[in-house]
This record gives sequence, structure tokens and C-alpha cells, in this order.
Amino acid sequence: MTVGLVIVSHSRSLARGVAELAAQMAPDIRLVPAGGTEDDQIGTSFDLVTAALEQADDGDGVVVLYDLGSALLTTETALEFADPEQAERIIVVDAPLVEGAVAASVAAQGGADLNAVGEAARMAGQSWTAARSGGRVAASQVPVIQESDIRAQAKVADSAGIHARPASILARELTVWPDTTIWIGRPGADLADARNVLALIGEGLRQGETVEIAGHGPDAEIAVAKVRRLINAGMD
Amino acid sequence: MADAREGESGCDTAGVVAAIRAVAATVAEHKAELSHLDREIGDGDHGENLAKGFNAVLAKLDQQQPETPGAVLKLVATTLISTVGGASGPLFGTAFLRAATSVGAATELDAAAVSGALAAALGGVVARGKAEVGDKTMVDALTPAGAAAAAAVGSGSVADVLSAAADAAAEGAASTVPLRARKGRASYLGERSIGHLDPGAASTSYLLRSLAESAAS
Repeated sequence: MTVGLVIVSHSRSLARGVAELAAQMAPDIRLVPAGGTEDDQIGTSFDLVTAALEQADDGDGVVVLYDLGSALLTTETALEFADPEQAERIIVVDAPLVEGAVAASVAAQGGADLNAVGEAARMAGQSWTAARSGGRVAASQVPVIQESDIRAQAKVADSAGIHARPASILARELTVWPDTTIWIGRPGADLADARNVLALIGEGLRQGETVEIAGHGPDAEIAVAKVRRLINAGMD
Repeated sequence: MADAREGESGCDTAGVVAAIRAVAATVAEHKAELSHLDREIGDGDHGENLAKGFNAVLAKLDQQQPETPGAVLKLVATTLISTVGGASGPLFGTAFLRAATSVGAATELDAAAVSGALAAALGGVVARGKAEVGDKTMVDALTPAGAAAAAAVGSGSVADVLSAAADAAAEGAASTVPLRARKGRASYLGERSIGHLDPGAASTSYLLRSLAESAAS
């Protein structure tokens, strides 16, 4: 199962750039830019958006992210003209374009379903802002680490720290244990949900730092060991 | 296009094609004026954009022979959406698409069908653009037009319905002058949008006037 992603922007370069960035973290999903008009002017094109929706849809649905005002108008119009059966599995999400694309594509890469990918995009702005402002996350996102949870520490090997690519690799590795939650962060501070790429990047963990890993769930032991190994060895 | 039965004058496919050609001519005629209005409170391309769209419609009508009024309206919808930039393409395209869906496979449109199509077009524009009466948009012309058309159905022909709609649209368009824009690019101007005729309301009014004149001839 793979959900596709369409990036609708007034600028061809912007749509392509966002798709490129997200593709780096989610190399196997259908990520289709629909930017600019057909004659490469600033604007959005009904035909380009319609074509992108078809290209991105493999039957598992498509999440659409857009930049400004009439990009939404054009997208909604394309949905009205689309085959109703196809339109049913397309969702348009109001989210910050870059953060939303990254979060959605990593979720899609991990095999999340249409609603989960949409939700990842929707939450992207929020978790990024929260991470940047010192970990003040919504109550539902605060990890409650219990005595019984598996814990370990690791030392960050990657020269650029746990930035976008390592964070997305960790998130992808964890998709094989869907019932287990892993948190990563500085010992004694708020930890980030390792599946939430933006929150994890927001921790700003640098090379040489000691990090705390906590795991909760049936496969916590093996998942924590795997994460510890990856962080110690470096992923980039 | 006249239908002799019961003295009613309906509108068949050829009549709808003629009406669309008349609209294209009207848009071309008012192109500069519409763009001028748009320069005052928008980005100045409304006339050019619409003219480009209806030119493409004319080219399509030269190549294809849609078989029903609904098929003609759908052709107009898809062509406008693909060729008219900015918000106008999706908005006018949606209006024609909803009108096409409303008339279905009928081979001839009577007064009730035309009024129903106008109501459907208005519904589509409102759903897409989320504008209300008073926001200084095409909705200010289309809403009274829909109401006037509905009121004229009982006593009139297609030409009467469209004529009532066009009169109401002209009045509605004029009512946008003192309004402050609350939707679209003009809304960025705030107070400065006051005192200008909304280009979308103006083009909607011209469009209905030309449909009415075509139906009457």
C-alpha cells in the first residue's frame, strides 16, 4: 500500500523543489509536482493538476498539498471533474507546504493509509512549531515513559547530527513495529516521537551528543536496540 | 430554435451553440473594459483571460458538434477551466459544469430548465469560491439573476427568463461599486476597493445579457 502525493504550487520550480526535498526522505512513493501554468508562467493549471492526480494515484489514494488561494480552487475544480470513484480517495490538506510534504511523504513511505498520511501533513506545522519552541507539544504527544519501558542511550555518530535524512531513516525503520512507540531526545528533557520526523529533527541532536531512547510496546526491546545501533553507527 | 408547441419557445442544441458564440463575441467586445476594471482592483487580466478562454471555446465548437445543450455547456466548462488563468477559470468553469449537469441529457431547454441551470451555476460558484452576496464578487450579480430567473419561469419563455436574469445581474453588478471587497485579490486592497465596479460581476452581467439577447433573436 502506498499513498501518492501531489504538490500544487503557483510556481513550477517551487512544486518541483518541494517534491525533490520530500523524495529524498521517501524515495519509493509517487510524488508528483503540479506547479505553474502549462506555458510555465506563475499560476496553477487545471490540466496539470488533473494529470498529476492521475499519475500519483495507484489505487491507494492521494494527498494533495497546495501553496496559495487559487491553487486550492484549481485543485477542488479538478476533483469535481475527476471520476467520482477516484475523487473519493483524494484528500486535500491545508498544511504548511514544506513541512506537510515531508511529514506526509515519510508517512506514506512507511505504508500509512490515506487518512494517516493526511493527518501527518495536517499535524506537520504544529509539531514543527512545537519542536522549535522547546518541545512544548500537545498533551496527546507528550510521552508518558513508564518504569516498565525499555530504555537505552546512544551517541550520535552522524556528522550533521540527527537531521532530516537520518530522522526519516529512523522513522522508516520503525514502521515494521507498528504497535511499538519509540521516543528519542536528550536525557532528562522532553523526548520526541521517533515516527514524527519533524519533531525529531526539531530536537536538534548533534554529533557526539548522548541521547536517550525509550520504547513502549510489544517489540520495544528489539526496536530500541535497532535504533541504538543506527544512531551509534551513523546513518548518513 | 423555436418550438411551436404550446407557444413556448425552448432552446435546442443549435440555439445553445449560437448563444455561446454570442457570449464569445460580447466578451471580445468588452475585453479592454473588463481588464481596465480589473486593473483598478485586481491584476488587470480579467478581460484578456476571459477572451482567451472563449476564443478557445469557439475553436472547439468549430471542431466538435456536441449533441445536446448539456454537452455544449460541458465543452464550455472544460475549455474555460483549461484556458482561463487565476480564479476565473475554475469559477466560470464550475458554473458551466454545474449548469451542464443540471440540464442533463435534455435535447431542448425550456424556461424551467434554464432557470434550474442558473441556480445550479450559482450553487457551484458559491461552493467553489465561498463568497456571499456583499463580498464584491460575481456572486453579487449571479444571485439576484438566479432569483429573477426563478420568478420569471411561470409566466415566461426562455428569452423572458434570461432577460429577467440579465436585468437583475446588471443591477447586482452595479451594486458592487460601493462595496469593500472581501474575497479574492481585491480584498487585499481593503478600503481602496470601494468605488470600483467588480470585474467578475461585470463580466457575469455581460454574459447573461448576451445569452438573453441570443435567446430573444
